[in-house]
Amino acid sequence: MLAEIGLTMDELFADIGPENRCRSLDLPAGLSEQQVHNALTEIADKDSVSLLCFLGGGFYDHFIPAAVYSIISRSEFYTAYTPYQPELSQGTLQAIYEYQSAICRLTGTEAANASLYDGGTAIYEAIMMAMRITGRNKIIIDDSVNPIYRVMLRSYTLNLQIDFEHTLSSDGLAGHQQILNDIDESTAAVILQNPNFFGCIDDFTDIADAAHKKGALLIVSCYPLSLGILKTPAAMGADIVTGEGQSLGMPLFFGGPYLGFMATRKKYVRKMPGRIVGETKDRFGRRSFVLTLQAREQHIRRDKATSNICTNEGLCALAALVYMSLLGKEGLRETAQLCADKAQYAYERLTAIPKVEPRFKDRPFFNEFVIDLPSEAADVTAKLIEKGFAAGFPLSRYYRGMENSMLICVTEKRTSRQINDLTEALERVL
Amino acid sequence: MKLIFEKSVPGRRALRTGPTDVTTTANIKKSLLRERPARLPELSELDVVRHFTELSRRNFGIDNNFYPLGSCTMKYNPKVTERIAACPAFADLHPLLPQLKSQRMLTQGALRVIYETDVLLRQITGMAGFTMQPMAGANGESTGMVITAAYHRDRNNKKTTILIPDSGHGTNPASAAVAGYKVVSIPTGKNGVMDFDAFKKSLNDEVAGLMLTCPNTLGLFNPQIKEICDLIHSVDGLTYYDGANLNAIVGKARPGDFGFDIVHLNLHKTFAAPHGGGGPGAGPVGVNEKLLEFLPVSIVVKKDDGTYALEYDRPKSIGYIAPFYGNFGVILKAYAYILMLGKEGLSRVAENAVLNANYIKEKLKNHYDLVFDRLCMHECVFSTTKQMAENDIHAFDIAKALIDRGFHPPTVYFPIIVKEAMMIEPTETESKETLDAFIDAMIEIAELAENAPQRLKTAPITTCVSRPDETAAARSLNITSL
Repeated sequence: MLAEIGLTMDELFADIGPENRCRSLDLPAGLSEQQVHNALTEIADKDSVSLLCFLGGGFYDHFIPAAVYSIISRSEFYTAYTPYQPELSQGTLQAIYEYQSAICRLTGTEAANASLYDGGTAIYEAIMMAMRITGRNKIIIDDSVNPIYRVMLRSYTLNLQIDFEHTLSSDGLAGHQQILNDIDESTAAVILQNPNFFGCIDDFTDIADAAHKKGALLIVSCYPLSLGILKTPAAMGADIVTGEGQSLGMPLFFGGPYLGFMATRKKYVRKMPGRIVGETKDRFGRRSFVLTLQAREQHIRRDKATSNICTNEGLCALAALVYMSLLGKEGLRETAQLCADKAQYAYERLTAIPKVEPRFKDRPFFNEFVIDLPSEAADVTAKLIEKGFAAGFPLSRYYRGMENSMLICVTEKRTSRQINDLTEALERVL
Repeated sequence: MKLIFEKSVPGRRALRTGPTDVTTTANIKKSLLRERPARLPELSELDVVRHFTELSRRNFGIDNNFYPLGSCTMKYNPKVTERIAACPAFADLHPLLPQLKSQRMLTQGALRVIYETDVLLRQITGMAGFTMQPMAGANGESTGMVITAAYHRDRNNKKTTILIPDSGHGTNPASAAVAGYKVVSIPTGKNGVMDFDAFKKSLNDEVAGLMLTCPNTLGLFNPQIKEICDLIHSVDGLTYYDGANLNAIVGKARPGDFGFDIVHLNLHKTFAAPHGGGGPGAGPVGVNEKLLEFLPVSIVVKKDDGTYALEYDRPKSIGYIAPFYGNFGVILKAYAYILMLGKEGLSRVAENAVLNANYIKEKLKNHYDLVFDRLCMHECVFSTTKQMAENDIHAFDIAKALIDRGFHPPTVYFPIIVKEAMMIEPTETESKETLDAFIDAMIEIAELAENAPQRLKTAPITTCVSRPDETAAARSLNITSL
């Protein structure tokens, strides 16, 4: 080929002058496929993964039906790029359209985008959207919203003029009274989460009404699987619904790839970030799907775009759609109910231990709850690791005054026997 | 084709859930519950599998055929990386595990993967340290802009603008703008790279930084790259390297050596992680010494005893960009890829990528207008202005005709500074036979454009849909089936 174009390899790289070549390049020699496979599966964390998992905090160990993986592993899906050429991408495009529809049906909303990176960036994008819609810059956020997302928001908005108002939760629920007092004519949005970080179930209808009276929006971040049984954010009056979609058929994968989702009212669609797929007809009148409203996006609008997002989480959105299709209407309801019932069992067992108290007594919860221990929760979980349990998340990392508190999560994968074992082990280490 | 919701049959089920082995029932009052179940499909597992198999047949990936989508680096994704990523002892790790107190931090293997990928990427780019958190290229750009802001704030600099050449990816100006910066666009000069005089004129104390893709989206390397970096530094600005086109220089040259302060890489481009039809990607960001203290936390460090740990104690850190450690699944695939290629293999990536692009350029330049007739790097840009003027054939028509010949079209209408642009990036993984077949198809199409242009206007005819009406889609918006 070099001969055919009459050049040498050195000549091909002539534009990169010698002064611009690598000063050093200390890389190992290449390995065979077998060597790489063995080296990496060797170091994989067999011990850590074998701990019985009661960790949640927004990221959940749910069962994933086999067909999810086998479908998303079809290389026509996973080796494709963003669907810029609709004739070669009807598979991806129709799947995104169906995903958008499924997210709307699940959250009770009218319009969803094709995905964002994760639940945290979805909240960030939602506040940017709310500020565009309202032309205001005050954001009220309650401390019952996932603390990881709250610190992410701070990073993303470091160079922006945003007036953040942080409200304190009250006995396991959002600080309704404080929020109602704080909403005013400069408020762009209130951000809340349901179930909240403590696992408690709230209703934000009062806050939605108050926000709307002042021309502000309500953003609700939610746990999509819980919507198998819980009241939808839209039914509470949420204007923008976001969340982490990992619970819908994605493995935990040590923090990603995950799936940020976003849905809203139809009237706000043109202010929404991210890809959106629409239905149309081709030149023969056949049903077709295309990327639409692209004039909002960075490749057209550049510095005036609604967001800089380009690559998003397409394959994860496909996984979520396949998961929701396999579980179906009844299966999703049953799975959510199972999680809640098993969590109730764990709650009853664990709080029956004499030295263990429920943190928020009588508060309804979905599949996570907080218990108070007689000593520091971090020390207790350390002892339980020795016994084979990832027993829960100590809350002291994010909440002052909760040194002895631990967040415990139960999914449908946990059995009553495993819950009994945890109870016994906890009793023994206290 | 029917939507999955339209195939739904009331009462049909795919999976049995459970079992329920507890007698307790959740204690949630009715007002907190939804009134009726979400209207999700009711289908058997076979119905679902057939639906998505049919959809997959209406899709086109690298495994189908040549995918020369410019600036997207659609190289082959080795299957072994998928197999490694499917390993449950990676895939099922809860991200909070290392935050539990334990004798040595849990998840040593996963932490090691992140640490060692960081070390390898430092070598590949010449940077001092990386954050693996950014979840895609544009997310890396956001990270870079926030780091830029943190740097200037730390030095009490009041700077407001970011310079970006007009050939830059759309994400560049968008990322600068959403981070709170004003964007100043610099025109492209006659030689196809940023106009040097215009650049010098826009330099002033307001300039917080410059975002540059090198080689740029025209596939051209800027020989003045070092001087440009020096000039930005002379006003205490920072230089940002958009690594979308790193495939052109990987193993040959390093942005850190050119003088860049911040670099993002697209692991789903240069490092062969599959793109998934629109993600997930991964966009790690590397910085030089002076910016290390601003990197996001947590950072994976290797301790004296050889174990790995997460470090949070960085007072000047910009905080979290991802909830945890980035798109670990994608990082893992890229790590495996780099290990497999090694030093020699990585250098051959750039050689073959550049050779393939120049081969296509030389073979097609007598048939289409070559925008800049000089050496290119990993991609070349043609224009169909001649075909348009003579026979009303647009880049769009060429793209559709290529589809009928079994190829994914190049990127069209980008870079936006080129009229009727066709941007071809073959990547290194394609054989001469594949390139020749593509070249033959392009030549045949050029001949048709001249002799029977009307035949191109009806393409494609081999696909399940043809030229969907995008204007109608935006006008009568239907984005949800409720």
